[in-house]
Amino acid sequence: MSQFVINFIFVLGTFAVYTGIAVWARARSTREFYIAGGEVHPVLNGMATAADWLSAASFISVAGLISVGYVNSAFIMGWTGGYVLLATLLAPYLRRFGTYTVPDFVGKRYVSKSARVIAVICLIVISLTYVIGQMTGAGVAFARFLEVSVEAGLIISAAVVFLYAVLGGMKGVTYTQVAQYVVLILAFTIPAIYLSLMMTGHFLPQTGLFGKHAASGMPLLQKLDQVVRDLGFQDYTADVSNKWNMFLFTLTLMVGTAGLPHIIIRFFTVPNIRDARWSAGWALTFIALFYTTVPGLAAMSRLNLLETVYPDGTDQPSLVYEERPEWFKNWEITGLLKFEDKNGDGRIQFYNAANETFASTTAAERGWTGNELTVNNDILVLALPEIANMPMWLIGLMAAGGIAAALSTASGLLLAISSAVSHDLLKNTLLPDLSDKQEMLYARLSMVGAIFVATWLGLNPPGFAAQTVALAFGMAAATLFPTIAQGIFNKRMNSKGAIAGMLAGAFVTVGYIFMYLGFFFIPDTNVFPNTPEHWILGISPLSVGVIGAITNFIVGTLVSLATEEPTAEIQDMVRRVRYPGSTGRSAT
Amino acid sequence: MSNEVTERVMASPKTGQNGNGLREITERDEAYWAANLRLIMFCISIWALVSYGFGILLRPLLMGINVGGADLGFWFAQQGSILTFLALVFFYSWRMNELDKKFGMED
Repeated sequence: MSQFVINFIFVLGTFAVYTGIAVWARARSTREFYIAGGEVHPVLNGMATAADWLSAASFISVAGLISVGYVNSAFIMGWTGGYVLLATLLAPYLRRFGTYTVPDFVGKRYVSKSARVIAVICLIVISLTYVIGQMTGAGVAFARFLEVSVEAGLIISAAVVFLYAVLGGMKGVTYTQVAQYVVLILAFTIPAIYLSLMMTGHFLPQTGLFGKHAASGMPLLQKLDQVVRDLGFQDYTADVSNKWNMFLFTLTLMVGTAGLPHIIIRFFTVPNIRDARWSAGWALTFIALFYTTVPGLAAMSRLNLLETVYPDGTDQPSLVYEERPEWFKNWEITGLLKFEDKNGDGRIQFYNAANETFASTTAAERGWTGNELTVNNDILVLALPEIANMPMWLIGLMAAGGIAAALSTASGLLLAISSAVSHDLLKNTLLPDLSDKQEMLYARLSMVGAIFVATWLGLNPPGFAAQTVALAFGMAAATLFPTIAQGIFNKRMNSKGAIAGMLAGAFVTVGYIFMYLGFFFIPDTNVFPNTPEHWILGISPLSVGVIGAITNFIVGTLVSLATEEPTAEIQDMVRRVRYPGSTGRSAT
Repeated sequence: MSNEVTERVMASPKTGQNGNGLREITERDEAYWAANLRLIMFCISIWALVSYGFGILLRPLLMGINVGGADLGFWFAQQGSILTFLALVFFYSWRMNELDKKFGMED
């Protein structure tokens, strides 16, 4: 059986499961459509949250990102640490309050339609930026494994999401996400275990990373440090000089994670506050399974690639191009690996040509006239099964896993967008007289609309599509997180403070990003070049979200103190969010 | 749940001779909330210590402690902080759910 047929069977098989779930999990009320009836088991919700969280980019690109070295640990800590904030500061209280959407909480807590609408706008900016990358990611995953064009892959993915998201709403999305989590975690961890066994003899990549390199007997990380140093790269474990920016960037990722609406709404689907708390733990368990595997996979696959190019060691002549392995040829076709024989010796020299000292000494002595291999780091994951000679079915599983990662995140985001449109913009702002049945129809129509918009944007990606980290995380940190947290922890906070805070946070964040990356990301419209010397106080535009969050907290607090106290009813609402047992149930 | 909250808000009498119909916050409520805030402060301190502390800012101080070919700070940045986060979230859930029971604050 050819690899194509195996991949096809795997992808088709998983799609059949998703379709089955779509038919089984049809939503019958708005409560089912928005929050899956509030009946999801905390462990299943944990899995669904993990699938919601682990995107196409996580699946394909994170290991490549981490393989750069210690400096990118910010991503690992940032994308897990946010769950501590979510679990202690937001999720349980929001579940206790009992809303359908994130803007719904803002609107009810501040009793303000303007605050609600601003929250909807922030949510749409965040989720739309995020979803475009997922749509293109799904297209790319399809194209890689199933020999269709990226566009066709994108449209097929959209059609599958359409089926279960429009029929089942949150209920359909939740249970397909559970299935998608199982597929994606198997597809990610099995090749990593293979590689870890091969390189270190450890079953777990988590311990293999700190184990011994089987071939040399040296500790793996020391071996890797040595190999990259020999080729003019910075040591893998080297410390960073700009710790201030690494600190701010990690903090922005954490606060941003906690403020992402598609993650927050997952905690509305469990039966009660107790389950919401446990569910946060389960979500992080399933996410940690992925993110603790990544560093081992990153280090080992980078070392493995370098050993392929320098089979006899870095001090010996490198690989002869004509003798390159089969997988190397396969990935050259895709353009993810590119070879150019600059010095005409027929061998592949792969080193850090940007390191001038190295280029003028070691490289010059060895007759190297430039780096000859261009590597797209995505292949560290994508080519892994072939590099490590894994069985063909595993490649099929990876195809299904990559597509599952893209679809699960895309559907979570689309649900966040469509429920904000139908519940917040229509039912609670423009068309308050909608019956439950009518609202349900509008919810489905909003989902259809969201899918069409996302598909169109995926096919014609605008400039901001590549700025998920800056724009989505920055905005989530600067607008939604502080406004929700203030709603719970600061009972003096009123609607004017909330609105001023959100606007100020968004202005600072987006303004700073535009200053360096261009007005609406249009090239050449930036005020300053995006280089560390030009950053204010050494803050990169990717790290500004936390500054926006602080601005939101300060402006919001000051404005609320300068204006009227919230009404007794609102203060009573805050009391109920905090002390559930003493609700009006017995008092009235 | 959503409708329940709205109804309760609606049902609250706006005026009334005997107060405004809204329940006063009791000492018990405040004790419960204070205990929650203490627990949050504890979790957030550990959270910051393992990631921003050990993983980033204090890493140079931990360079001397070797962990499998790297240093303790590197281990915290790539494994230890995540495992600590996990422990913290479960610890918070367990303590808060106990606290809910003790104060009769369950949903």
